[in-house]
Amino acid sequence: MATTETPTKNFLKGGEFIIKESSADSVFIPEDFSEEQNMMAQATTDFIDKEVAPQRERFEQKDYGFTEELMKKAGELGLLGISVPEEYDGLGMGFNTSMLVCDRISGISGSLSTAYGAHTGIGTLPILLYGNEEQRKKYLPKLATGEWMGAYCLTEPGAGSDANSGKTKAELIDDGKNYKINGQKIWISNAGFADVFTVFARIEDDKYLTGFIVEKGTEGMSFGEEENKLGIRASSTRQVFFNDCVIPAENLLGERNGGFKIAMNSLNYGRIKLAVACLDAARRVTTHSVSYANERKQFGTSISSFGAIQQKLAEMTTKTWVAESATYRAGQDIENNIERLLAEGVSPSEAKLKGVEEYAIECALLKVLGSEVGSYVSDEGVQIFGGMGYSADAPMEAAYRDVRIARIYEGTNEINRMHSVAMLLKKALKGELDLMQPAMQVADELMEIPSFDTADYSVLFTEEKEMISKFKKALLMVAGKAVQKYGMDIEDEQELLMNASDMMIEIYATESAVLRAEKLAQTKGEEAAAHQINMAKLYLNNAAENIARSGREAIYSFAEGDEQRMMLMGLKRFSKISNPINLKEVRRSIAAKVIEENKYCF
Amino acid sequence: MKVLVCISHVPDTTSKINFTNNNTEFDKNGVQFVINPYDEFGLTRAVWLKEKQGASVTVLNVGTAETEPTLRKALAIGADEAIRVDAEPTDAFFVAQQIAAVAKEGEYDLIIAGRESIDYNGGQVGGMVAALLKWPFINACVGMEIEGDKASFTREIDGGKEKLSAPLPFVIGGQKGLVEESDLRIPNMRGIMQARKKPLAVKEAVDAEAKTKVGDFAKPEPKGAVTMVDADNMEELVKLLHEKAKVI
Ligand SMILES: Cc1cc2nc3c(=O)[nH]c(=O)nc-3n(C[C@H](O)[C@H](O)[C@H](O)COP(=O)(O)OP(=O)(O)OC[C@H]3O[C@@H](n4cnc5c(N)ncnc54)[C@H](O)[C@@H]3O)c2cc1C
Ligand SMILES: Cc1cc2nc3c(=O)[nH]c(=O)nc-3n(C[C@H](O)[C@H](O)[C@H](O)COP(=O)(O)OP(=O)(O)OC[C@H]3O[C@@H](n4cnc5c(N)ncnc54)[C@H](O)[C@@H]3O)c2cc1C
Repeated sequence: MATTETPTKNFLKGGEFIIKESSADSVFIPEDFSEEQNMMAQATTDFIDKEVAPQRERFEQKDYGFTEELMKKAGELGLLGISVPEEYDGLGMGFNTSMLVCDRISGISGSLSTAYGAHTGIGTLPILLYGNEEQRKKYLPKLATGEWMGAYCLTEPGAGSDANSGKTKAELIDDGKNYKINGQKIWISNAGFADVFTVFARIEDDKYLTGFIVEKGTEGMSFGEEENKLGIRASSTRQVFFNDCVIPAENLLGERNGGFKIAMNSLNYGRIKLAVACLDAARRVTTHSVSYANERKQFGTSISSFGAIQQKLAEMTTKTWVAESATYRAGQDIENNIERLLAEGVSPSEAKLKGVEEYAIECALLKVLGSEVGSYVSDEGVQIFGGMGYSADAPMEAAYRDVRIARIYEGTNEINRMHSVAMLLKKALKGELDLMQPAMQVADELMEIPSFDTADYSVLFTEEKEMISKFKKALLMVAGKAVQKYGMDIEDEQELLMNASDMMIEIYATESAVLRAEKLAQTKGEEAAAHQINMAKLYLNNAAENIARSGREAIYSFAEGDEQRMMLMGLKRFSKISNPINLKEVRRSIAAKVIEENKYCF
Repeated sequence: MKVLVCISHVPDTTSKINFTNNNTEFDKNGVQFVINPYDEFGLTRAVWLKEKQGASVTVLNVGTAETEPTLRKALAIGADEAIRVDAEPTDAFFVAQQIAAVAKEGEYDLIIAGRESIDYNGGQVGGMVAALLKWPFINACVGMEIEGDKASFTREIDGGKEKLSAPLPFVIGGQKGLVEESDLRIPNMRGIMQARKKPLAVKEAVDAEAKTKVGDFAKPEPKGAVTMVDADNMEELVKLLHEKAKVI
C-alpha cells in the first residue's frame, strides 16, 4: 500500500480529540507528503494551470461541454481513479493521496470541483463500497478511467435535508426480474453528461431507501433543463425523471432498505473531500488578492502597504493554512484507520467504509470549516479588489459565487453542525467514547480554586497547549451540563447544538494548527517555522474569542442564577489567554511574508 | 535506437534568486527545482522516438542526490531509465566529460541536450560533449527526424532557418520546435507510480577537471520607481533624461 506509516501506530479514534491530547509527532502534516505524492499534486496543478486556467472564462459562459472535456482529460491523466483499487483499473492509492489530488484539481473553479466531486465521490463510491463483484467489474474500470461519468440521485423536490423522506418508488416486476422506478430527482450534478446514476428509491413501504444503478439511455429516464445557478455555472445540474423506468433486478445496490446507509456513508467521504476541495480555491484567491494588493496603487502607494489590507491578507492566509492542517490531519487518521482494518483482515470495501465512518464527526466538522473558510476568504478577496472585485472581469467575482454552494450541498452546514454533536452524543451513549468521566472532572474542577502554578512559558507552545486543553474543558462543561438538563431532547435545542459544534470546530482546527507548527519547528527549527508559529498563535487567539462567545450563548440559554455564574466563571477561566500576543504585529508579519512572496506561500 | 537525454536540474523560472556566502553561492533555500525547460522539449521528442520508432530513452544528470526527484519526474513522463553521475557539477567542462563517459559506455545512438541551462546559461555542455566524442553537434535545434542511420535537422539561425543532415551518432542542443509547448506532457498518475519501479542508476564520476571557477555573483540593480512626466512638458522630460537618467 502507498503509505509508509505503520498501520498499528497509535492514533486517536473519531471524536476522541475532545477528551485526549495529541502530540506533534502523532499528527500528519502536509509537509509529510512523499515525493511521489507531491509529484502527483504538482502534475494536477500543472494540468489546471496549463489546460484549464487560460480558458477559465468558459466556465462562466455555462460551457458544460468544457467541464465534460476536462473530466475526460482528468481521466486520461489518471486523476479519476486515485483510490479505486488497481484490479478495477484505478491506482489503488491511499485516502490522503486522493484528498491531495482532489484539493489541487478543485481550486480553479467550482464547476470543475463539483463535477470532480460528484463523479469520484458520490458518483463512484456507492458502487465501490457497496457494489457486488459483477457491478464493480462492470462499472468501476469505466468510472476510474473517465470513459463513463457518474452521478448520484438522492435529493427530491420534497426531500432535501430530510433525504430519507424521498417519494421515488421502486417496484419489483416481471416475476422479480426487474424493478420499475417512478419518481423525480432534483439538483443532480453531472446529470447532463453522466452515464451511470446511483438512484435512491423506496421499495413498497420500507422504512429506508434502497440504492439502484441506472444507466443512461434506460427507457423511462429523462432530464430537466440545466438549472440557472448563482455559481458553478458550467457544472451540469438537472432534474432527473423516472417514468416507469425499468432496470434489471441485479442493479439493486447493496441491500434492500440499505440505501439510506449507502447515502450517509458516501456523504462521510463527500464531506471531508468537500473540505479539501475548498482549500486550493482559498489559496488561489489569496494569491490573486496579494498580487492585486501589491499592484494596485491608491494614495500614492500599493494598497498592500495599508494595515487594514494586511490584516485581511493575514487572516485569509492563516485560515486557509489552518483548514489545510486540520483536513489533512483527519485524512491521514482515516487512511491509517483503513490500513489498520485491512491488517486485521477486514475486506477492502468494508475497511474503507468503516475506516471513514469512524471519523464521521471530523468529516462533518471539516466540511463546515472548509466551506466557511472558503467563503470568508473569497469575501475578503472581493473586498481587497474593491470595485474590481465586483466585476466579472476579475477572478474574484466567480470565486465568490462558486464557493457559496459548498455550504449547501453534501448536507447543509446546519445539518452538519447538528449531526456532529448528535454523533458525538451517540458515541458516548454507546460507550465508544467516555465523555462522562472527563465532563465530571471538569465539573469538579469548577468547584476548586484554580491552580496558580505557572508552567515554563519559554518552551514553544506551552501556553497554547494549555489553552487547547482548556478549550476542551469549556466544551465538556457546556455540553455536559446541557445534556444533564435536556437528556436526548437536546436535539431539539438546535441553537445549543450550533454553539457546541462551533466550539468543536475551533478546538479541532486550533489543535491541528498548533501541532503542525510545532512539528515544523521540531524539524526545521523555530526560526524557519516562524510564520507558521505565528499563524497557529493568531488562530488560537481568534478561537479563544469564538469559544468564549459560543460558550456564553449556550450558557445563557439554559443555565440561571448561581449555576450560570459558576459556569460563566469557568468559561472565562477556560478561554482567557493569560499572556496575550500583539495580534496587530503578528498579522503584519504574516502579511509581510505573503506580500514579499506575492502569493500564498505556505 | 538508444537515446540519451541530458537533464539539467534548474530553479523554477518563478523562483526568487538569492546568493549566500558573500555572493559566491546560489541560495537553494525555498527554491523549487524543475527539469530545464529546453531539456523538457528534448525529453518529449525522445519519448516520441520511443513511441513511434521504438527507441529506448535514458535520462542523465550530473549532480548530487537532491536532483533525483527531477530524474524521477523524467521517468514519470516516459523515460525508461535514469542515470545520475554522483558529483557536484562544478563547471560545464566537468559535466561534459561525465556525459561523454556515460555515452561511451552506454553506446548511445544520439544525445539530446538542451540549447542552454536556464540557471547558469552556459550554452556549452552539448558542444563540449560532441567534441569529446568527436560527434557532430547541432545547436539550437528546432527539428529532428531520424531515418535509419541518418538524421535531418532544422536549426534556428539569425533571421531564418537552416536545414542540415548528419549521420548517427550525434549530439543536439534542443529547444522549442523539437516539439511545441502544447506537446509537453504532464506526467499521468500511473506514470508517476511506475517511475518508482524504473531503474535509476547512480554512477561514480570519472576523473575530470573543471576549467573555470566561480568568483562571485551579482544581481541586477532593482528597478527604480517610475517618474511620470506630463505629455506636454517636454522640457522637463529632456531635463530628466539628461540629468537623472543620463541617457542623453
Ligand atoms: C448545485 C447543487 C448541486 C447538487 N448536487 C446534488 C447531487 O448531485 N445529488 C443530490 O442528491 N443532491 C444534490 N444537491 C442537493 C443538495 O444536497 C440539497 O440542496 C441540500 O441537501 C439541501 O436540501 P434542500 O435544498 O432541499 O434544502 P432544505 O432541506 O429545504 O433546507 C433549507 C434550509 O433549512 C435548513 N434545514 C433543513 N432541515 C433542517 C433541520 N432539521 N434543522 C434545521 N435546519 C434545517 C437547511 O440547513 C437550509 O438552510 C445539489 C444541490 C445544488 C444546489
Ligand atoms: C561558473 C559556474 C559555476 C558553477 N558552480 C556550480 C556548483 O558549484 N554547484 C552546482 O551544482 N552547479 C554549479 N554550476 C552549474 C553546473 O556547473 C551546470 O550544471 C553546468 O555547468 C552546465 O551549466 P551550463 O549553464 O554551462 O549548461 P549549458 O551548457 O547551458 O547546458 C546545456 C545542456 O547541457 C545539459 N546539462 C547541463 N548541465 C547538466 C548536468 N549537470 N547534468 C546533465 N546535463 C546537463 C542539459 O541538457 C542542458 O540543457 C556552475 C556553473 C557555472 C557556469
